[in-house]
Amino acid sequence: MNTSLLEIDNLEVRIGDKTILHGANLTIEGGTVHVIFGPNGSGKTSLVGAIMGLPQYEVTGGDIKFKGESILSLPIHERAKLGIGLAFQRPPAVKGVTLFHLLKAVKGSEDNILPAAESLNLKDYLHRDINKGFSGGEIKRSEILQLKLMDPALLMLDEPESGVDFENIVLLSDIIREMLQKELPITNRKKSGLIITHTGFIIQHIQTDVGHVILDGRILCSGNPQEILQIIRKHGFEKCVECLEKREKR
Amino acid sequence: MRGVSGEEGEEIMGLSKSDIRKLQKVGYDASGAVPRAGTFLTRDHEVVSSEEREKGLEILSLEVALRKYSWVEELVFELVSKEKDDYTKELAKFSPVGYFIRALPGARITKPVQSCFFIKTARFSQMVHNIIVAEPESELHIITGCTTASYVKQGSHIGVTEFYVRENARLSYTMIHDWAPQVRVFPRSAALVEAGGTFISNYIALTAAELVQAYPMATVKRGGVARFNSIIYAPQGAHFDLGAAAKLIEPEAKAEIISRAVSDGGEVVARGYLEGGAANTKGHMECSGLLLRGEGSIHAVPELKGIFPETDLSHEAAVGKIADEEIQYLMTRGLDQDTATSLIVRGFLDVRLKGLPPELQLAIDTMIKKASLGRTM
Repeated sequence: MNTSLLEIDNLEVRIGDKTILHGANLTIEGGTVHVIFGPNGSGKTSLVGAIMGLPQYEVTGGDIKFKGESILSLPIHERAKLGIGLAFQRPPAVKGVTLFHLLKAVKGSEDNILPAAESLNLKDYLHRDINKGFSGGEIKRSEILQLKLMDPALLMLDEPESGVDFENIVLLSDIIREMLQKELPITNRKKSGLIITHTGFIIQHIQTDVGHVILDGRILCSGNPQEILQIIRKHGFEKCVECLEKREKR
Repeated sequence: MRGVSGEEGEEIMGLSKSDIRKLQKVGYDASGAVPRAGTFLTRDHEVVSSEEREKGLEILSLEVALRKYSWVEELVFELVSKEKDDYTKELAKFSPVGYFIRALPGARITKPVQSCFFIKTARFSQMVHNIIVAEPESELHIITGCTTASYVKQGSHIGVTEFYVRENARLSYTMIHDWAPQVRVFPRSAALVEAGGTFISNYIALTAAELVQAYPMATVKRGGVARFNSIIYAPQGAHFDLGAAAKLIEPEAKAEIISRAVSDGGEVVARGYLEGGAANTKGHMECSGLLLRGEGSIHAVPELKGIFPETDLSHEAAVGKIADEEIQYLMTRGLDQDTATSLIVRGFLDVRLKGLPPELQLAIDTMIKKASLGRTM
């Protein structure tokens, strides 16, 4: 039987006393890239945070299955080892821990660190404390570098384009496409992606397979990502949902 | 006297293989393989090795130096008062055991001199007095390791060290402590940094001691510089009361005090005192403390005293735990919580100490790695 890579079933998540996700559903098959559009505060970051197991996102209902097994009881690092990778929108700076030290700890060796860093123009940043004093573009490149060396089965990117100039978006997109095995025929791709965006800008550079809209903690509709983006740009998020719902009813 | 060689399985001059390993941990190379300008090794109160290998360098036991040079007498208990406290009073009663190390005028001794005070006998009370002189325009680097034999659990070490950094001389002094858990240690040190001189004092303690209490003080003259760095890892049962003070008494004098302390259940007091007493003097202090658990404490006591209007003194002090989000962030990269914490602790303690020979920096890195990993065992 063919199981999906990620299955999110009726997921409820709260931060403190406030419920953020109200029964979200999402399924990602191996080799596909999904994009979630949503305005600020709609629950996008909470969704990927809950999948990663970050403790501030408390799961109060529903389930998250990865490779067919529920991962709700697993700590963060076990989820990472299973193949879930998250590029943070705003990662913390870690004083005293250089990017190189972290990458070496992740890989267990120094192999491939230098060429990977060179491919993202980060060679000169390897011996700096992670994210400390990094610009927006440097932070995003550092996140992608870390994931590149982790090589996860599911690549989650939280607002990969925010704070990044055009030149860096092109560079990041090239590497992300490579990580998602976009050069292979779709049937041969093993890597999956979940991209979170509120501008949608990134999908001009990375071809995505399925788009979703999240509003007020619910994933309300799904469809062709380019089509959804066009509707959002023309009519805004709420109209987009109404429109897609109507179309589904027809 | 001849040096100690560290061949496998041999007991030489009363030092076993295990003793030699202990010495290595505090930067003392007994094999002769590592470049050193000279050595001085004291076991309990016996001088085991005293040897100089470079021109312009003089290494004597203090007893011999006092006999050889009449002026040395004037340097003894000149910077540290005999009456300072009960420990100095006690020490003053005994004939001195310790070293006299001197770089002659203009001598550039770039390889480090290594010295070690080793407690071999259980419950021994070691008392030492050291005099170090970097004569004008000279350069001298000293590593002093202090440790106990593996079976020694109790004992005490009282040490007075007086540093004379003459005009435009450069002296770095790195002290590494690796005591047994019930050893009490009272170093009493002071430095005089004359015009244009540079004094760097590094202190590293990464294992438990019942009590280490040290508060070296530098008096800095025109254009001179004093730098104090300390790296402390205090496991449960350790009590470190450490600090440094600098009095900037003439124009353009500078000082810096940097302290990094990790409490893994131990008690740390990190003191610092800077006094700006002349025009264009400048001093800065950083006390950073990391608490790894509910027990233990870090008490940072930074003090600044300006007694001349054109002085510039500043300090930063921060004590806290590792931010949860930093640990969680590293965990998203597949590291478990203990590994993530160790990585952060290692990074926190990883202060690049200026003027250290690479192999000593490597030894310190290894000790930091062990200490940071040890907490997870």
